[in-house]
Amino acid sequence: MEYTHSVSLDRDKCKGCTNCLKRCPTEAIRIRDGHAVIDSRHCIDCGECIRVCPYKAKTAIFDRWEELDHDKFLIALPAPSFFGQFAKLYDADYLVSALIDMGFSDVFEVAKAAEIVTEYTRRYMKRAGVLRPVISSACPVIVRLISLRFPFLCDNVMTMMPPIELAGKMARERTKQQHPELSDEDIKTVFISPCPAKVSWVKNTVEGEKSPVDYVVSMSDMYFRALGVMGEQRNPQRTSETGMIGMSWASTGGESSALMNDRYLAADGIENVIRVLDEIETGHFPNLEFVELNACNGGCVGGVMTVENPYIARVRLQTLRRYLPVSRNRLPIDSAMKADEVPDELFTVEPLQYRNTQMLDEDRGESIRKMQQIEQILEGLPALDCGSCGAPSCRAFAEDIVKGEANEMQCIVRMREHLQKLLDKEGEDK
Amino acid sequence: MTQESEALCFHFDVDGNNFVSAGEASVQVKKLLRQMGFTPDLIRRVSIAMYEGEINMVIHAGGGVADICVEPNKVCVTLTDKGKGIENIELAMQEGFSTAPENIRALGFGAGMGLPNMKRYADNMEIDSKVGVGTTINMEFFVNEA
Repeated sequence: MEYTHSVSLDRDKCKGCTNCLKRCPTEAIRIRDGHAVIDSRHCIDCGECIRVCPYKAKTAIFDRWEELDHDKFLIALPAPSFFGQFAKLYDADYLVSALIDMGFSDVFEVAKAAEIVTEYTRRYMKRAGVLRPVISSACPVIVRLISLRFPFLCDNVMTMMPPIELAGKMARERTKQQHPELSDEDIKTVFISPCPAKVSWVKNTVEGEKSPVDYVVSMSDMYFRALGVMGEQRNPQRTSETGMIGMSWASTGGESSALMNDRYLAADGIENVIRVLDEIETGHFPNLEFVELNACNGGCVGGVMTVENPYIARVRLQTLRRYLPVSRNRLPIDSAMKADEVPDELFTVEPLQYRNTQMLDEDRGESIRKMQQIEQILEGLPALDCGSCGAPSCRAFAEDIVKGEANEMQCIVRMREHLQKLLDKEGEDK
Repeated sequence: MTQESEALCFHFDVDGNNFVSAGEASVQVKKLLRQMGFTPDLIRRVSIAMYEGEINMVIHAGGGVADICVEPNKVCVTLTDKGKGIENIELAMQEGFSTAPENIRALGFGAGMGLPNMKRYADNMEIDSKVGVGTTINMEFFVNEA
């Protein structure tokens, strides 16, 4: 099945510069015919190219507010990071109410589901046979990165649903209980997302399975709409249902610190994360229990669709959660449940599978021959990694040549040498 | 160009003056082996053993060189240094034996597991060391296809 991505290119705006090319952590971008092209096999939806494009030619594809079916029972699923975007928000209740005033039928905070995921993660960690360190499944970019590059860590990724999925599921169940007259079709869940990766996540569910999230709208879009409505509020009609733990999920370290287990590692920023994963795969961190990795700097507050600087958003969330209960969503104390029990419905459909997309050839002997050619071509290249040829580095360019996707004369340095030779030869002839 | 018997070789300098960069060559090798479609199991064994060897060369020998030769069914790693050499190889191979200085141990290295780990992950390992001259370690890894 073809993987659907959520980054698109405005060809008229793209100048074919090398900014996104050089920044892409998986070398998925090439410049072809003066425009950036993304190889969907390697793209992990991190959004770095959107962030770095000086011409705003890269955009994330989101569902638009105007295009939602407003006759349906729309449930807003705001991400915890949404609450850190507003300068004058002193109480989460105001934002929850603003979403209702905007036209949503109901609100189900993702932070609420995050608190449940925290409770179950503690139980999950007690299960026999769970590989250490347990790697969080919350950031979809990280999950895809591991499936493409870290075969030995696939089994360490938690097989539990991330908060967004659980929120969609719980929101639907609650609505069906409160409004038995509504059919499944009448209820639509709308995630307010800080990043494009969540869009791909929803679009690419396992075959036959439908994501409990129906729409994904961009946080910056919703920010301006909510801002307009919030100014008119006197008394909030609704109350937030989240505690400290749920809110903390918005920034790096929040998820891990809630586990009450200090043998954890929390890292963010895609380059840092790759380094950490390389070291974990080499077995360099002994005795780690839990690993929380976020592709964006600062965590979800650093998502490309957020409005506020991630560090400021983080401070705001600290203020906002100061007088909140530690957690408002706990599991019912059920004596029949074992200490390490996690209900089946919380597990993902399949464990993470490794897919090697970097292989040069199906046949290993042929791969080695191709690698030999790459090494030979590389010796003749200038090692400038300038990107003018359309590949991010001379090595990537050599690989493209061997794959038949580029030719050596696209290297401007080689081209100049070639022209010089021709000129010299012409000089000799005269 | 097309002699199949000729192995593909890669050469890496392991910088002894820069402890922070130790382990970088094994990350690069991991990427190359992945492109050539080796099994995850082999890649893991090679990269761990090579990582341990790199760290050893940086801690004990002021750096060295790593040569990797790749054939369809085999990967060979040769680590060569001109360091102080190993006095008693048998002793050095024991788990927990270490001559690493205190400041290195404070970083979490020098647990005396370097050589034993290399031995465990390689299918064959040979150590050739002369005190005052240097050390060469040869490791072979075979593809065990299921």
